[in-house]
Order: sequence, then C-alpha cells, then structure tokens
Amino acid sequence: MTEAIVQTVDLVKSFAVRRGFFAQRKTRLYAVDRVSLSINAGETLGLVGESGCGKSTLGLTLMQLYEPTSGQVYFDGDNLVGMPSAQLNKVRRKMQMIYQDPYAALDPRMNIEEILTEPMIIHGIGTRHERLAEARRLMDIVGLPQDALGRFPSEFSGGQQQRIGIARALMLQPKLIICDEPVSSLDVSVQAQILNLLRDLQKEFDLTYLFISHNIAVTRFMSRRIGVMYLGRLTEIGPGATIVEQPRHPYTQALISAVPDPQPTDTRRQRRLSGDVPSPIDRPSGCTFHPRCPFAQAECANTEPQLRPFGPEHFVACHFAEKTAATTS
Amino acid sequence: MNEPLLEVKNLQVRFYLSERTVYAVNDVSFTVEPGQVVGLVGESGCGKSVTSLAIMRLIQKPGRIDAGQILLRERNKTVDLLRLSTKEIEQVRGNRISMIFQDPMTSLNPVLTIGYQLMEPLKLHRGLSAEEARREAVRLLARVGIPEPEGRLKEYPHQYSGGMRQRVMIAMAAACSPDLLIADEPSTALDVTIQAQILDLLLELKQDLGTAIIIITHDLGVIAEMAQKVVVMYAGTVVESGPIKTIFSTPQHPYTEALMYSIPPLHAAPERLATIKGAPPLILAELTHCPFEPRCAKRIARCAEERPPLLELEPDHACACWVAQAQIGEVQ
Repeated sequence: MTEAIVQTVDLVKSFAVRRGFFAQRKTRLYAVDRVSLSINAGETLGLVGESGCGKSTLGLTLMQLYEPTSGQVYFDGDNLVGMPSAQLNKVRRKMQMIYQDPYAALDPRMNIEEILTEPMIIHGIGTRHERLAEARRLMDIVGLPQDALGRFPSEFSGGQQQRIGIARALMLQPKLIICDEPVSSLDVSVQAQILNLLRDLQKEFDLTYLFISHNIAVTRFMSRRIGVMYLGRLTEIGPGATIVEQPRHPYTQALISAVPDPQPTDTRRQRRLSGDVPSPIDRPSGCTFHPRCPFAQAECANTEPQLRPFGPEHFVACHFAEKTAATTS
Repeated sequence: MNEPLLEVKNLQVRFYLSERTVYAVNDVSFTVEPGQVVGLVGESGCGKSVTSLAIMRLIQKPGRIDAGQILLRERNKTVDLLRLSTKEIEQVRGNRISMIFQDPMTSLNPVLTIGYQLMEPLKLHRGLSAEEARREAVRLLARVGIPEPEGRLKEYPHQYSGGMRQRVMIAMAAACSPDLLIADEPSTALDVTIQAQILDLLLELKQDLGTAIIIITHDLGVIAEMAQKVVVMYAGTVVESGPIKTIFSTPQHPYTEALMYSIPPLHAAPERLATIKGAPPLILAELTHCPFEPRCAKRIARCAEERPPLLELEPDHACACWVAQAQIGEVQ
C-alpha cells in the first residue's frame, strides 16, 4: 500500500491568454502551479476546491490530455512527460477517466455495445467475440441489464449513463481511474448507488482513484487522503479525517465550515470568507489566499508558503499554520 | 399558533403534452407562517419547482393548475391567488411575493445595466423619481454587500461574478419588502464559500424585513441550516412535513429516512451509503397507490392498492405512509 503508482513533481499547466483592449496584452493563466503529489496503489486521493482552482486541469494534465508546461508525471515508474506518443498510448490503457456529464461523454449515435468495445478495438485487443464477452461481463458488474447492449445512451437515466461510463473505463483493465465530478449531476439517491459501486469496484479490481469533486462530504466518503487546491496551488493535503476535522490551512477551514451540515443545529457556524475567488489571471502575490485570509500578515503578501509537514501524511502551505490550529473547532 | 401567511391546499398541476399528460403536482398541501423559513426538498422531477411557480401563478402552457387553493393572508382577509385576475396577481408579484432563481443570468437582461434593472421596478412599483430610485438602488446594493455600489450601478451583468449576480437578485426581490420570498435553488450554482454568503444574506433579510422564505433545494444541508420547517416531496406529492428537528432526527416516511442516509456525512466515514433502488418515477396517471411503493423497503400490500393520505402523526408533523400511520396507531 505504500508504493506510489502516480507521482507529479512541480507540475505546471499554464495557458496563454490575451487581455485588454483588442486583446493586445499577452499574459499567462496558471491553472496548475507547481503541484507535487503522489497516489499510492489501491488508494483514493480526493481533490477538492472551488471552480477555477485547477483540480480538473490537474486531472487532465496528469493523463497527458493537456501537455504539461513544465514538471514531471511518473506513472508506474515511467515519466510520461515527453514520452513518444506510441509508447504513451500504451501507458494510457492503464489510466482511464470518468466524467461529470455521463451523457456528454457517450457518443449518442453508438449503441452500448459499440461504446464499450471501442476502447478494445482501438488498442487491438481480443477478437470480436472476446470483446463482446468482456462487455457483457462488465455490464453485469456495474449493474446494467444484459439487453442494454443494443440500446443507445439517450434511452438510459443519468445514473445508468454513468454506469455505462464506468463500464467503458473498466474495459481496458486500468490501474488508475480519474473520476472528475462523477456524481455531481446526479440526484442524491442515485449518487449513493454510484459511490457505493465505485468503492466496490475499487476493492474488486484493485483500482487507484483520483477523485475530483467540489463536494467535500462526497470526497471524504470516497477518499483515504484529500488534497485541497486554491488558485492552482495545492494548499493542504492529508488523511480525510484530518482535513475535515483538524484542517490547518485557513482556506481549508473556511471551506469545511461553509459546507451546509445536514444536522440541524441552533447556531450557524461563524467563519465566513468575504469576497470572491480572485481571477486566476491576476493571482495575488505571495500566498494567493492572503487577501481573504483572517490570519494574513505582511509576510503573506511577500513570501509564498510551501507545503510543510504537520503530522502523518499531513502537509500545509501556510506560514502561520501553528496559530490557526488554536482557533479551530 | 400563528395564522399562516400562505396556505397551499390540494394543489394539482398537470402538463398536457401531445403524447401524454404529466401529473407534476398531485394534491400538495402545506402552510407557511409569517417570517418562517420553509424548506421544500426533493429530487429532480419531484414537483418542488412547479409548486413554487404555481404559487407565483407562473405555470405556462402546456402546464395547467387544475385544482386547489393558494391562500395568501392579507391583514384581515385571505385571498385565493388562483382566483385573482392577471392584473391583480401582478400586484401580488414583486410587492408581496418575490422570487429568485438558481441562475441569476437568466433573470437579468444582459444588455441593460444593473442600475437600470434595479431602478426600473422601483419607479414602477414604488413610484419613486429617477433620483430617488438611484439612491434607493445604491442603498439596496450596499445592503446586499456589493462593494462600491455607486460605480457598479453602471456595470452590466456579465461584469458581476455569479455570487454578486445572486446578490443583485436578492436586492431586487427585497426592494418592495415582500411578505414572502421564494428562493428556488438560490445557491446551487455557486461554490460553497459563496453559497454560505448568500444563505447568510437571505437570513439577514428575513431578520430585517420579517420576510417568510420558501427555500427550494435538493440539498438537505442547506435546509438544515436555513429552515424551521421542512416539506419533503416525492413524485409530485408531499410525503412528509414537520419541524426541522423532528424530520431530521426521527423521519417517519421511508423515503425521507432513505434520503437522509444516502447523503455522505461530512463528520463520519461509513463503509457504505444506504441506497434506494431504482430511480424516481414519472407520474402519468392519477395516483391510486403510494408512489414510493416500488422502491420502498417497508412496503405492505395496502401500499400498492391505496394512496396514503397526508395525516398528522403528532401536532405539526404529517406523513403520508400507511406503515408509519399504523405504527403510530398501535402506540396510541
């Protein structure tokens, strides 16, 4: 359980953007900024943060669907950055993705059999017979009826479409699955079915997940460890219970306390962030969170904090993480 | 016990499509007291939004309100909103009942400035002069926490962030100090930290103006933090309603209970979540049985034969379930 299957080192993904009158001014948007993390074989790493924090871009860059601007991505010991595409395609079999909108991720003109067998055809695996048998087996595993094979995506409910997306991701027997908001478009009763299914599959096939979500409760249910991102930076990472119950970074604390708790209490919790998330194009200097941070000091605007260890597997990027702890809870 | 501000009685809304009729709201009844926050909760298609649109008389063809009463109390008399003329209901909308929606961008006109859109109704509804309306608009924007309100009046909706647009919608809704504010998924499209700000703002308005709020959401967490009373809907029916603490601690309807346990808890790490088999149904005929029966773990023969009425199990706590009603009967 301690062997890392994925590791990123100072991974950066930036995009060129044009701003100003007639878009004359060129600048760069750092969607993912020097993120280093690793995921152990068989574990789930959750990634949370608000829109625009770079969590989805990190997933896509990790898959090499975006070419990293700089930094390294190691998968199963190989560096994927700069790998020849023929070799990369072989490695990609072992990494699959599940998307937020299952319907958009399925070709509406292909029936389920075609959707499920396509990845095997592309990678030249098996005979027609074997591919069909594999599709049947996975339909069963994800809880879809056998007669669904001849039908089209639009004939299924959102939850069933997500099951199809999961079955397709499993067709090539991957080691790593990147789940990008896989239950965000589903109702809670259906969401619970899909979350349970993902956990069952993880045990059965010894899968490693990167679970990306804006929903912290969902992420905690799924993940052993959770990473928190803000404006492209990884601000805190640690075991799920630590991140939720004893967060050290002021942003994590605000994020957790903003989650509406389905246990009615007499008082609403007080810690509120003011203002909006700044634009990722004009990120604040130093610690990018400092303009909204209740603990900010002069140093925070000048020096960018790096991740520091705080406990077993727990790292925080805050100059004053020792102080924030006293005021938690 | 307070007189209710709003009483929805046996409301029925159907959508007459060419190939079928959708029974969207089936016999829905609930009350809202003055200054109370009532949460309307349920999954997509349960009829919660249609119910709120019916209260505003905003159901459009092919939809139709087929039966029921929507009683709004006005000083000493009570009016049935469903019996008002178009002119009369327009007076109620905006003045006495306001509504905000999930996506503020669909309610704001992209080619008009925020200031224009905020001032126009003030001139129309409250008869203010241009200068008075401008001052009032600045005051309202400042009230909902928009920085530099003077300058921002001249800006267009796209120059505002999602959270700020929702603040503008709340400012508009609050402009005429309505008795009732209907908020349909007001924070669903927003990030959690912004959602928390918007929910705080709604509660502040309730405190300041004494406005009652119907908050419609699929998020039980939002209900728990905001509401005093919760109405749980399923397949166009009210399955359970009551004080928030009762519903959350001892839900009596199997659907409410299953819904509670299917949400991943923030402060615990269970191995599995409870699930409800299948998906919610689309109701295409008069209900003659419990709509939850096919998915219910506690069903008995009667559930498939007869539709359970919404009955009070204890004061203020009503539930439409044969099993729950039988259990209470035995205890008494």
